[in-house]
Amino acid sequence: MNGMIWDVKVHYHRYDAVIVGAGGAGLRAAIETVGKCRTAVITKLYPTRSHTGAAQGGMCAALANVEEDSAEWHTFDTVKGGDYLVDQDAAEIMCREAIDAVVELEHYGLPFNRTPEGRIDQRRFGGHTRNHGEGPVRRSCFAADRTGHMILQTLYQQCVARDVNFFNEFYVLDVRFADDSSTAAGRRVESVVAYELATGDLHVFATKAVLFASGGFGKVFKVSSNAHTLTGDGPSLLYRRGIPLEDMEFYQFHPTGIYKLGILLSEAARGEGGILRNNSNERFMERYAPTVKDLAPRDMVARAMLTEVREGRGIGPNKDYVHLDLTHLPPEQIDAKLPDITDFVRTYLGIEPKSAPIPIQPTAHYAMGGIPTNINGEVVIDAEGTVVPGLYAAGECACVSVHGANRLGTNSLLDIVVFGKRGGRAMGDWVRTVDWAGDGQGAQADVEARITRAATSNGSQKVHEIRTELQDEMMDKASVFRTEDSLASVQGTIGELRTRYADIKIDDKGKTFNYDVVEALELENLIDLAETTVLGARARTESRGAHFRDDFPTRNDEEWMKHTLVTRAENGDVTLSYKPVTDGPYKPMERKY
Amino acid sequence: MTSVDLKQKPGSTPAGNTKMEPGKPVDVTLKIKRYNPDVETKPHWETYVVQCEPTDRVLDALHKVKWEQDGTLTFRRSCAHGVCGSDAMVINGQNGLACIQLIQDVGAHITVEAIRGLPVIKDLVVDMEPFFAQYRSILPYLISNQEPGYKERHQTQEQRDRFDDTTKCILCAACTTSCPIYWANDTYVGPAAIVQAHRFIFDSRDEAREQRLDILGAKSGVFKCRTAFNCSEACPRDIKVTKAIGEVKRAIIAERG
Repeated sequence: MNGMIWDVKVHYHRYDAVIVGAGGAGLRAAIETVGKCRTAVITKLYPTRSHTGAAQGGMCAALANVEEDSAEWHTFDTVKGGDYLVDQDAAEIMCREAIDAVVELEHYGLPFNRTPEGRIDQRRFGGHTRNHGEGPVRRSCFAADRTGHMILQTLYQQCVARDVNFFNEFYVLDVRFADDSSTAAGRRVESVVAYELATGDLHVFATKAVLFASGGFGKVFKVSSNAHTLTGDGPSLLYRRGIPLEDMEFYQFHPTGIYKLGILLSEAARGEGGILRNNSNERFMERYAPTVKDLAPRDMVARAMLTEVREGRGIGPNKDYVHLDLTHLPPEQIDAKLPDITDFVRTYLGIEPKSAPIPIQPTAHYAMGGIPTNINGEVVIDAEGTVVPGLYAAGECACVSVHGANRLGTNSLLDIVVFGKRGGRAMGDWVRTVDWAGDGQGAQADVEARITRAATSNGSQKVHEIRTELQDEMMDKASVFRTEDSLASVQGTIGELRTRYADIKIDDKGKTFNYDVVEALELENLIDLAETTVLGARARTESRGAHFRDDFPTRNDEEWMKHTLVTRAENGDVTLSYKPVTDGPYKPMERKY
Repeated sequence: MTSVDLKQKPGSTPAGNTKMEPGKPVDVTLKIKRYNPDVETKPHWETYVVQCEPTDRVLDALHKVKWEQDGTLTFRRSCAHGVCGSDAMVINGQNGLACIQLIQDVGAHITVEAIRGLPVIKDLVVDMEPFFAQYRSILPYLISNQEPGYKERHQTQEQRDRFDDTTKCILCAACTTSCPIYWANDTYVGPAAIVQAHRFIFDSRDEAREQRLDILGAKSGVFKCRTAFNCSEACPRDIKVTKAIGEVKRAIIAERG
């Protein structure tokens, strides 16, 4: 490089395995590789700032500590909640291993709330039922309304105890593969390239395997419960390297986001007895889900809320929100079980939730889709289950698929712990059986060019304007309700935004903590993932789970009981293909609650 | 008891100096302490004016500066609602998280600078490594030699409540970097590390109480604390930090006595 500005330094490292992301899935995977191999955990934040820490309500497991329950009932609920797009073998494993996963977290020191007998307490959560839908069941294990915070802290503590190698504030931007004709995929992992935020230096990690646990991409939408940093970094970089993404059209909107801000108010609020009300104070969920009412799955509740708004029963000057009512709950129950979320309401809305209802609207929350994997976290690239040797994924960035078309509340914390562990174990075992694919020399070339291009951009477009327009359009046209027209329109917009992106302007030309460049790189990821979402949604001419088409309002099992794969070729051509859902004991039925 | 009034630090402005009407946008003046090691040897102040809603967060105002006026302004942030601990900074002389302070509460004239006591790398970004090193020094993980078996250990809700307050810590460093003892002496383990130790010392399942009390009874430990209470005021999670430090002090005295 000649640039006076960008004289890029490159450092080389060698680790048997690399984990990208240090939220629940990454940390749990890291613990599992200890003693098996040398592992580097790379995160663009600090581990304790990962978004696992924002999860609130709990982690379901059929402990049956407070009432009768079984892992089989949990599996049924997960499959039905996912509108039958769930791979039933994976769901069965998750729900069975949930029990040990919760006990293990307790052994690690997680401070769960307790029953009077001193056992782990459990509470109700949306879509979790007794005996195949008879009524709500107390299945969610929790630590007040900060269960995710406690999982993140506890897993980080265990990593500190095991002296795990962290590379904090390193942003992974590429994975390089080596050609390998002895593998079905024709290639295997050779190295990972990261950008060190503090210095602007590049780091090449020669490695046998990499596990992506980089989280979601909720910043594709305007109103979102997701952190600013949740920009789908893992899935988008693999997508650009030809790895398909699965079921990207299935994006969950959580019903109870704080109006306009999108900050999450846990489903635990309804689990503890909170009620949704429209402008005539009616408990409208009684009409949509007569059995479980406010504790119906999230896709149904979000649609019900917006149906109330569409039909003129919303609240406020624009009649565009509904109320979450906690005023009938005993104040001491609110303080003990929902302290954090009620604080959010006081802080941001100036409302006392003990005495006044809370304005809420659906908020972009969780990607059911992502990097396709099998039950051991190995990335699979086709309908035959072909594995790319050395490539793993777990958590929200992955698609196993245990959530199908709609994830049940608490199953994400469960997913990260169960499949983080399984992925970490599989990776730790595998790297011991293979030799290095290469030494990573020169692996940084593409990243170096990309960073330099971004840092020296001197066009006319502002990153935040493009991002805002993307988020607005996705929210308006590709969120809870979709049609062919709305999706075609947003697809056109994405194309225009991509053109504008080629002409961005970056103010910060320095190397130290250049978040101006980071935000530009993140925006590129958001644009790519928005496009995969829209393409999958446009093609899927049915309604299933979180994907609802006004022009195709019913589920069509005959044509669409299949997973979507979206693949980008090296020349930029994008194709959609499909793979079958792994079925099991549960046959598709109409979803009634 | 010593008390240090941070509100009177140079460069700060009294809060709430403009009357704000609900829903009516207001011009907010941000005076930000800037430092870029690539181009300068010492920090300087810069002033920006942005339009905000009274209910916007200080973080929103900083984003407006970065996104609309000056992309070089550098600060950490992630969750934007007070649970990740990325955006601790000194706002009008007091430590806090930019994402949980609203414009209507801090006023239309806001000074912002990096938290003190940790090396500034750029603008509002400090080197967190010394802070995490102190955290690691107190053995921040449950230590138990009991074989727990296949089921959960039992713990009564009362035993669980004993350390509830200190489990809320998000390691944002607002408390430690508000402490005048820490500013003067960076070998002091600091309030956040003590809070983390408290979480284990008072957990009925933990068996390393004595080890932790030894660490915190040493020269760089809790007895450096002069109960200035800055830490409790700074904590965005409302942890009673000074109380937790007091409980650890008393536990050490009881053990030694």
